[in-house]
Amino acid sequence: MTGLRYVYAVCRPFDTPLQAQLTGVAGDPPRLLRHHGLIAVLSRVPERDFAEEPFHRHLEDLDWLTATARAHQGVIDALTVVTTPLPLRLGTVFRDDSGVRVMLEERGDAFRRTLDRLHGRVEWGVKVYVETETAGTSADDADSEAPADKAMSGRDYLRQRRTRVRSREEMWQQTEAFASRLHETLSGYAEDSRLHSPQNPALSGASGQNVLNAAYLVPRSDSEKFVEMVDRTKGETSGMRVELTGPWAAYSFAGEEGIR
Amino acid sequence: MSTPSRLPEPYGQGGGSNLADILERVLDKGIVIAGDIRINLLDIELLTIKLRLIVASVDKAKEMGIDWWEDDPALSTRARRDELTRENAELRERIERLEQLEPTRAEEEPS
Repeated sequence: MTGLRYVYAVCRPFDTPLQAQLTGVAGDPPRLLRHHGLIAVLSRVPERDFAEEPFHRHLEDLDWLTATARAHQGVIDALTVVTTPLPLRLGTVFRDDSGVRVMLEERGDAFRRTLDRLHGRVEWGVKVYVETETAGTSADDADSEAPADKAMSGRDYLRQRRTRVRSREEMWQQTEAFASRLHETLSGYAEDSRLHSPQNPALSGASGQNVLNAAYLVPRSDSEKFVEMVDRTKGETSGMRVELTGPWAAYSFAGEEGIR
Repeated sequence: MSTPSRLPEPYGQGGGSNLADILERVLDKGIVIAGDIRINLLDIELLTIKLRLIVASVDKAKEMGIDWWEDDPALSTRARRDELTRENAELRERIERLEQLEPTRAEEEPS
């Protein structure tokens, strides 16, 4: 087996085979490397793309990065169906199998601890958005002014403007209250939770402004209930949108002893 | 096992997860292991992504009150300048303190 080794995840041995057509970051199907009761899931990747210098260059290319990130996530996703993987960060590359074995040997105890901690758990992502038809761009602002009375006095204009600003503020307060209540409820149910930075709409392509971006660690067996809890909050309040993603591998909780 | 219909369902395609969700996890979360190929993700691609986004939509983002990069020394020259100024002041202060200590030290440790 020539080429470099791109490692996706570490997990315990599992019985169910991975889906047959699964391909990794460079088109090579993921393989399993066993070492002392642990498995590294890896693919062969070519030096011309994954050696230090070309890799760095590729990372500047958002399209390449996107494709690689999706392929990486695709493998993690497939693993999540059959086992509890510890996902490694994108771009963990070794020269050969023995390099991977050395890594498994050195980090083995920590891996086993984390695998025990996360066994049978998945991560759910919950985001809250304010649907900002009016709080968005200046073009929207102009639109919202237009339908009102066309021949408007200066005083009326100011009054309308004040009302608009006030209602926007109220909406923000409501959203914040809603988001923290939701987070409290969900963290109470989940085993662990993490708050991430709100997402940039340019990258997410989502409408509205992201005010809560949280991850929850939930046992698989409790996931149905968790999903129901989130679903129930949808449509509870107008002007807000609750978005659920998952189940993810426990990315946000895989750090040593859950620090992050 | 609960929800067999829900759990194995791939969420990459149309399932609510977007590119930001994926990048957030595969680049920023997950276990960090130094492989044989040295890459410093924080230095390189997160920065690249952030910068691209900013370049693309700085005015719009500002309008929406998103200005976190202004305080991020990696991204903003102003923030970097502020930080340098702060660091500079701190260092001066430390030097002053050390200089004040110096005579005492000299007494304690005759060379």
